[in-house]
Amino acid sequence: MIAVSKQSIEIETVREESVPFWLDTKKRAIFFQILVLLIVGVIVWYLASNTIENLHKQKIATGFGFLHKPASFEIGESPIPYSSSDTYAKALFVGALNTLKVSFIGIVVTVILGTFIGIARLSSNWLVSKLAATYIEVMQDIPVLLQLFFWYAIFYENLPPPRHAISPIKGVYLCNRGIIFPRLEYHPAYGYALTMLGITCIGIWLLRKWARKRQEATGKTFPLFRVSLAMVIGFPVAVWIAFGAPIMMDVPKIRGFNFTGGASLSPEFMALLLGLVLYTSAFVAEIVRAGIQSVSKGQWEAALALGLSHAQVLRLVVLPQALRVIVPPLTSQMLNLTKNSSLAVAIGYPDFVSVANTTINQTGQAIEGVALIMLVYLTFSLSTSAFMNWYNKKVKLVER
Amino acid sequence: MEKGAEVKPPISDTTIAGWLKKNLFSTKLNSFLTIITLYYLWKTIPPFVKWAFLDSAWFTPPQMCRNIDGACWSVITKNIRFILFGFFPYDQQWRPLVAMLVLFGLLYYSKERHRWNRRLIYYWGVGLTIMAILMKGGIFGLTSVESTKWSGLPLTLLLSVFGLTAAYPLGVILALGRQSKMPAVKVLSIVYIELIRGVPLISLLFMGSIIFPLFLPEGITISKILRAQVAIILFTAAYIAEVVRGGLQAIPKGQYEAAASLGLNYYQTMRLVVLPQALKIVIPPTVSVLISAFKDTSLVVIIALYDVLKTTQTVLSDPHWMGFSREAYIFLAILYFLGCFSMSQTSRKLERELNIER
Repeated sequence: MIAVSKQSIEIETVREESVPFWLDTKKRAIFFQILVLLIVGVIVWYLASNTIENLHKQKIATGFGFLHKPASFEIGESPIPYSSSDTYAKALFVGALNTLKVSFIGIVVTVILGTFIGIARLSSNWLVSKLAATYIEVMQDIPVLLQLFFWYAIFYENLPPPRHAISPIKGVYLCNRGIIFPRLEYHPAYGYALTMLGITCIGIWLLRKWARKRQEATGKTFPLFRVSLAMVIGFPVAVWIAFGAPIMMDVPKIRGFNFTGGASLSPEFMALLLGLVLYTSAFVAEIVRAGIQSVSKGQWEAALALGLSHAQVLRLVVLPQALRVIVPPLTSQMLNLTKNSSLAVAIGYPDFVSVANTTINQTGQAIEGVALIMLVYLTFSLSTSAFMNWYNKKVKLVER
Repeated sequence: MEKGAEVKPPISDTTIAGWLKKNLFSTKLNSFLTIITLYYLWKTIPPFVKWAFLDSAWFTPPQMCRNIDGACWSVITKNIRFILFGFFPYDQQWRPLVAMLVLFGLLYYSKERHRWNRRLIYYWGVGLTIMAILMKGGIFGLTSVESTKWSGLPLTLLLSVFGLTAAYPLGVILALGRQSKMPAVKVLSIVYIELIRGVPLISLLFMGSIIFPLFLPEGITISKILRAQVAIILFTAAYIAEVVRGGLQAIPKGQYEAAASLGLNYYQTMRLVVLPQALKIVIPPTVSVLISAFKDTSLVVIIALYDVLKTTQTVLSDPHWMGFSREAYIFLAILYFLGCFSMSQTSRKLERELNIER
């Protein structure tokens, strides 16, 4: 044994001596990496030095000092109070909130609509299935920007002015100023009902624990879903009724050339939302369809043979497997929707990119502005991919 | 069943009534859905047909359009040359037309897989040269046309075709870099890919149009089209890299080992063994990246390049033609749909062929 290892050591030393350094793969790898880093470094240095020189010549100040100066431009719509005397930082924050608003609502509606169309695509009804297929194909093949322009044009060109607004449901008006609808006025009872909802959720969580324990001990099942649904709806409603069931609606009325009262969604917001939702839901539908088809029929049959009910099969066997296929591409579509919401700049909805663009035009701080845009979107996407990694780890197939 | 008894085919496969029963009225729910759907189709399709065809105007001057209830397709027919070719000199517009026809011809020719060989590369080389000469001019007695005048559909096609051809090799290199064992190369590739995929294309276009001039030494300017083109290339490359990575990961380890035991080096292993297999697997997803790139070129509108969307909007901002956005955008939607649909059909066909071979 000892003799053999000595021999092999000798061979190794001999080889190391005989291989010239330019044929040694390890040394070559190090050399190559240094070369790549050098090239990248030189390019970055070259661009950076040019930029600094140009900025110096054009007398553009650098840095983020401009954020504390007054923005002096109005923002069409804002979830928080904002006026033109506020700082650029606040204006950008309002933009980010607007991006979050349209993305969040968009994602919720897209997932619902996409799931619906994905299931329709698999329907045994020929007409429904073909209609869903047509929707998916057509919506995927038209650029989302064109769809935004189209819906925006419908709003400001083809809808009537407020005086002749279309009213599909009583109190809801559709006109070239957007959608105007009644708003619920605040009443303390709503606050109590919301508190009750929170308490109910904790109660259901405890109930679920108890039900599982009991099932493990005695084998008796508990109709958890039905009971918790009844609790979630029942308790807050009971609280609301206990306070006299107040309903105070702020109904919009036409006064002069515009509506007063109620709440409204601007045409820009509606066009952006419609375009994003209709475009993205076509992709979501395809994902949902693929996910459902990925669970083989045998899974259904095996679970039914074990004596599970239809609802249990869906909840315990089919959905967990389908979701493993659906969720990763679905999150990437949600991210796409968020990134595509940056096209708001083209139709004048004040999202982050739009506000940043105005800031760039006013201050000339192009580098900082574009860097901020990238930073905000990178934050969105990195946090999403962090969530994705966590989720993938959680649902990964545990194999032998 | 008795021997010799005639077995009739199931009704559902033969008669119209059988087909209807099987596909539209199989259950109560399906019957209900069919009736609801038919009702809504009845409510929407006939009015649309009436608007688009029966009441529409096709070749009238704009004043005539104001008096009709239907669609005013005249906004397209009267301005078709500006929408398609933009600011390209009017009497020279046959040149972008021929260039586009050459491109379509090449694309159509390249559809069949048995034509994918060395000769095809030569054809593309010749074709692209002809297109460049037609667009740019300056030789063979063609008057020179500045690239700032390139607009409309040729610009859209130019941005997408060159975007993809330049992004493809860059994407393959990035994918190989990401799979590399060298930490520096790997980290650089990952940072690039994730950075680009994390931000919207519009931020890169802004970068190209506003910041890029600052990167260059004084006195050197690059045309706006080229700057947008660079942004699109950098963007698409990151997506292609991810698609190619999927293909690389699908290649079994045995292929690398077999190549190594034959004495092939890294470059030979990749070029002769791994990439030919990996790139073949990822043809369908590559086509969907191509489709996305084609659709994404419309974003150059935001940095004021005159692609086919912007030329259409220019027409719509003309007071004579104001208010006919619906018709114009529907026309553009059909244009984009035809492009994307033919690409996705080709991709599906290729997918089927490749699946059979495996």
